Amino acid sequence: MAEHLLEVEHLKQYFPVRDGWFSTKPLKAVDDVSFSIDPGETLGLVGESGCGKTTVGRSILRLYEPTDGVVRFDGEEVTARNIHALRRKMQMVFQDPYSSLNPRMTVEDIIGEPLDVHHMYSGRAERRERILELMSIVGLNAEHATRYAHEFSGGQRQRIGIARALAVNPKFIVCDEPVSALDVSIQAQVINMFEELQEKLGVAYLFIAHDLLVVRHISKNIAVMYLGHMVETAEANELMDHPIHPYTESLLSAVPIPDPKIARQKKRIMLEGNVPSPLNMPTGCPFRTRCNYSTDKCAEACPELTDRGNGHKVACWNR
Amino acid sequence: MDNQYNPNEAPAKHMFSMQLDPQMFEKATDEEKQQQEVMSESTTFFRDGMRRLRKNKLSMFGIIVLFAILIGITAAPHIVPYGYEEILSVEGRRDKGAKNLKPFEYSKMEQQYIAKGGERFPHIFGTDEQCRDYFIRVIYGTRVSLTVGFFASIIVLIIGMLYGSISGYIGGRVDMIMMRIVDVIYSLPDMLMVILLSVVLPSLISFPPDSFFGKMGPNMVSLFIVFGLLYWVGMARLIRGQILSIKENDYILAAQSTGASAGRIIRRHIIPNCLSVIIVSTALQIPSAIFTESYLSFIGLGVQAPMPSLGSLANAARGGINTYPFKLVYPSIMICLIVLSLNLLGDGLRDAFDPKLRR
Amino acid sequence: MKEYEHLLSVQDLHTTFTTDNGEVHAVNGVSFDLDEHKVLGIVGESGSGKSVTAYSVMQILAENGRISGGRILYKGEDISKWNEKKMSGFRGKNCSIIFQDPMTSLNPVFTVGNQLMEAITLHTDKRGAAAKARAVEMLELVGINEPEKRLKQYPFELSGGMRQRVMIAMALACEPDILIADEPTTALDVTIQAQILELMLDIQKKLGMAIIMVTHDLGVIAEMCDEIIVMYGGRVCERGTADEIFYNPKHEYTKGLLHSIPSVSGSKEKLQPIEGTPINMLNMPKGCAFCPRCKEAMKVCLEMVPEERIINNDHTAACWINVRDGIAGDPVVKKEEEVTSNG
Repeated sequence: MAEHLLEVEHLKQYFPVRDGWFSTKPLKAVDDVSFSIDPGETLGLVGESGCGKTTVGRSILRLYEPTDGVVRFDGEEVTARNIHALRRKMQMVFQDPYSSLNPRMTVEDIIGEPLDVHHMYSGRAERRERILELMSIVGLNAEHATRYAHEFSGGQRQRIGIARALAVNPKFIVCDEPVSALDVSIQAQVINMFEELQEKLGVAYLFIAHDLLVVRHISKNIAVMYLGHMVETAEANELMDHPIHPYTESLLSAVPIPDPKIARQKKRIMLEGNVPSPLNMPTGCPFRTRCNYSTDKCAEACPELTDRGNGHKVACWNR
Repeated sequence: MDNQYNPNEAPAKHMFSMQLDPQMFEKATDEEKQQQEVMSESTTFFRDGMRRLRKNKLSMFGIIVLFAILIGITAAPHIVPYGYEEILSVEGRRDKGAKNLKPFEYSKMEQQYIAKGGERFPHIFGTDEQCRDYFIRVIYGTRVSLTVGFFASIIVLIIGMLYGSISGYIGGRVDMIMMRIVDVIYSLPDMLMVILLSVVLPSLISFPPDSFFGKMGPNMVSLFIVFGLLYWVGMARLIRGQILSIKENDYILAAQSTGASAGRIIRRHIIPNCLSVIIVSTALQIPSAIFTESYLSFIGLGVQAPMPSLGSLANAARGGINTYPFKLVYPSIMICLIVLSLNLLGDGLRDAFDPKLRR
Repeated sequence: MKEYEHLLSVQDLHTTFTTDNGEVHAVNGVSFDLDEHKVLGIVGESGSGKSVTAYSVMQILAENGRISGGRILYKGEDISKWNEKKMSGFRGKNCSIIFQDPMTSLNPVFTVGNQLMEAITLHTDKRGAAAKARAVEMLELVGINEPEKRLKQYPFELSGGMRQRVMIAMALACEPDILIADEPTTALDVTIQAQILELMLDIQKKLGMAIIMVTHDLGVIAEMCDEIIVMYGGRVCERGTADEIFYNPKHEYTKGLLHSIPSVSGSKEKLQPIEGTPINMLNMPKGCAFCPRCKEAMKVCLEMVPEERIINNDHTAACWINVRDGIAGDPVVKKEEEVTSNG
C-alpha cells in the first residue's frame, strides 16, 4: 500500500466551542474527508472561506490533534509520537508572507531554523552553505542573508518561506494559499517556482487556494470542499470543464474570467443566501440549503463520494 | 504597419522623437536596468528604532538631561569635599554659624578662613539647619531616588515577566486562575497597601550592617519589596496580552510545523518580539517608582535618616518654607527633571520601537 | 446642453506623502475623464497609486498626504481646492466610496439602521420616518431580505457579503453621481463576489451613476468595466476599452500582467511572469517606472519618462517601444496646458 505518498482516510477535526457556562459543542471544521496524493504530484484543494480546507492541511501536519481518522505518510501512520521525525518529510508554506516570518530574525536564521531543530548540519560552515544553497534555489541573492524579513517585498518574503519549507528536503509540502496575498505579476513568479521545484526535487503539494484558475494551472487533481465535506474530486481539467456537483458548478460560474468576450457570454449560476454556520449544520447534505436541485432525500442522509468514471468522484444524490 | 525596428525611420515620425538619438532605442543591458533598482539600505529593527528615537527632539532632551544628572551624581561626590552627613567644620572646629546658609554664601568662620588665605569650596545650594552642605545632600538624594526607581522596576519586570509569560503561553485554565489572582491584587487600594507595608516591613527584616542591603537600610529594602509585591501586576498583564497576540502569528505556527520545541519557540520567537514592549514599559515604570519613593519619604516612611532622598529632603524643607524656600525648590526641581526626562524617554522609546502602542 | 464636458475630470493629478524616509510621489500626473453611466476600471498592483488616485478624488488621504498638483473637475468645478466643509458635503452626496473591508468600514457599536439613517439625514432633508423608509428602500435595493429586521442588527451579526451590501446601500443612499469602489470584493469569497458585482451592475443600470472600480483583479475588470486604466508606479501606462486592453495591449506591463494569469482554457503552459520586484516608491527610477522589470527595456527607457501616446481612438499607451515600432501617434495633450493656453 505504499504507492501513495500521503493517504488521508476519514479525517475528522472537531473543535470544542463553548456553548454555555460549562458545556461545549463541536464545531465540525472537517467532517470525514478522504483523499490521497502520489509522490511528485499536486492536489488542489478549493472551497470558500470556512470550508475547512486550511484545517485539513494543518491536521495532516498534526498542528491540530485530529478527532478521528488516519493519516498515512509513506505507508507509515502519522501519530503524535513520530510526527517530529516526519516533519523532516512534510512541511508547510503559509498564506500571509508578513505574519509567517518572525520580524526579529534574519533571513539566514529563518531558513536555518528547521536545520537547527532537526540537527541537520555538523558545523557553522555547513549550515551557512546549505542556507545559501536554499536561497539560490528560490532565487534570492546571497547578500540578503543577513537582512531582516521586513525589508523584503511580499513575493520575496514568500520565497523565504518556501526556502524554509525546503530546508529539510521534504517530500511533501502543504501550501496554504501561498499566492493569494501576492500581486498578479508576483503570483506568477511564485507559481512557476513551485512548478520548477516539483520538477527538480519531486516534491508533492497539497495546494490550498480559492483562486480556481491558479489551482487548475498547478494541480493534477482538484478536490472541492464545502462546509467540512469533500463534495467533488477529479482530474483538474475534467473537474473544471465538466463539473457535476451543483456547488462546483456555481463556484466555477462565479469565477471572474479575465477575458472580456468570454465574460460577456458567461451565464452565472447564482447561489442564494450564505454559507450556513458550521455550528448549525443542516441535516443530510450540507449544501442542500443553497442547492437548486435539493430533494427530500438530501435532508435525510449525507451523500457519499461515488466514482462516476475516470476517477471523477461526486457526493450528490441527484447528479 | 511596419513593426520592424528601423532606427532611421521610426523615431523620425514625430517632432518630439527627432531629438532622440537612434542609439537610445537599443536594448538596455541588465546591468543598466539593475542600476535603476536599488534596494534600500539595510536597517535592523534596532537601528531603525534608534534612528526614529534620535529624530524625536523631546526624548533626546530627556536623554541629555538624564545623562547630565547621571554624570553629576557620579562626579559630584568626588569634586565636592563634603559628605552628605558631615557637619561642616573649619580647620577641625565645628562651624556653628554655617546653619541655613543661602546658596554660595559663606559662614563667618569660613569667611575668616578665606581671608587668611585658605580655600573653601562654595556651598552651591547653601546648607541645611544641621550645618550640612545642601548640594551634596541633594546629589545623594538623587542617587537614592534613582537607585530605588531602577531596582524597583527591575524587580517588577522580573516578577511580571515570569508570571505573565507563564500565564500567556500556557493559556486555558491556568491562565484564567492566574489572571483572577492578578485581578484581586489589582483591586487592593495600592496607596494604603504601600503605606501599611512600609510601616510593617522594616521591623520584620534585618541584615548584617556591613552587607549591601544592610548599608541601604531596612527601609530601602522594604521599599523594593513593596514595589515588587504591588506593581508587578500591571507588567504581568501587559506581557500576557503581548504573548497572546504574538501567539496568533503564523510564524509561531510555522515554527511548530518545522518541529521546534516549546522552549525554542518561547526563546527564539516570543521573547524577542515582546522585548520592545518590555523595555518601553520598564522605562515608564522607573519614574512612577521614583514618585512613589518620594512621597513615601516625604511622609517619613522612606529611606532612613541621615541618608537623604529627594522626598525626605523636601519634607525637611517644609519647616522653613517661608524663610528658606530654596531648600524645597532644589529637590523638587530634581524630582521633576528626573521624572519628566524619564517619561519623555519612555514615550520616545515607545514611539520608536513599538508604533502599535502609539496613542 | 451641459455646461461641463465630463462628469468628473481628473487632470494631471499629483499626490504626495511625506514620510520618515522622504517624500513619496504616489500619484504622478494621472488624468482621466468619467462620464455618466460609465464604469471606469483602474487596475494595478499594490503601490501603483490606484487607491491613492481614488482617495484623492474624495480627499480622504492619510494625514501625511496631500494633493500636490493638478485639478479635479466635478461638473466643471475644481474640487481639489475645496475646503473640508465643502468636501464633506460633496462626499456621500455627489460621490461615495466603498472599501475593501466591510467590517472595518462599519462602526461596530451602532446598528445598521443607525448608520444608514445617519448617512441619509446628513445629506438629504429626510428625517425620522421618511429617513427610515428610505433606509428600508435602500436595503431592498441591494437585495437584503427582511430589511426592517436588519436595521436593528449590529454589523457583527451580518455576514461579509451582507455587510458589503449594507456599505453599498449606505454609499448609494443619497444617489451620488459617482460611486468609487476600492477593491470591493477582494475580501469576499468568489460566490459572494459574483453576487456583489452583479448587484453593482444591476444598481448602476437602475440609478445610472458612474462607477470607478479600483482593483487588482483582471477578472473583475474584464467583467465590469467599459474603460480601463492600467497604472504602474503612480503613472498611467495604458488606457482603453476593455477589448483593446485585453486583446491589443500596447504596454509591456499590461502584456506582462496578461501573461501572468493562468489561462482560462486550462492549458498547462508555463506562465510568463514579470520578473523583478515591485517598485520602491522611495526610489523611483529616472525614466519609465517599469523599465527595471521590463524585458524589452531600451536605453531611452532608462533616461526619459514615456508620454502617453495615441494608439487608436479607443487606446493610448505610454511606452517607448510603440515609438520605436512606429505605431504610436501624437502624445496626448495634457488638459492643464490646453486650459492655460486658452485662457
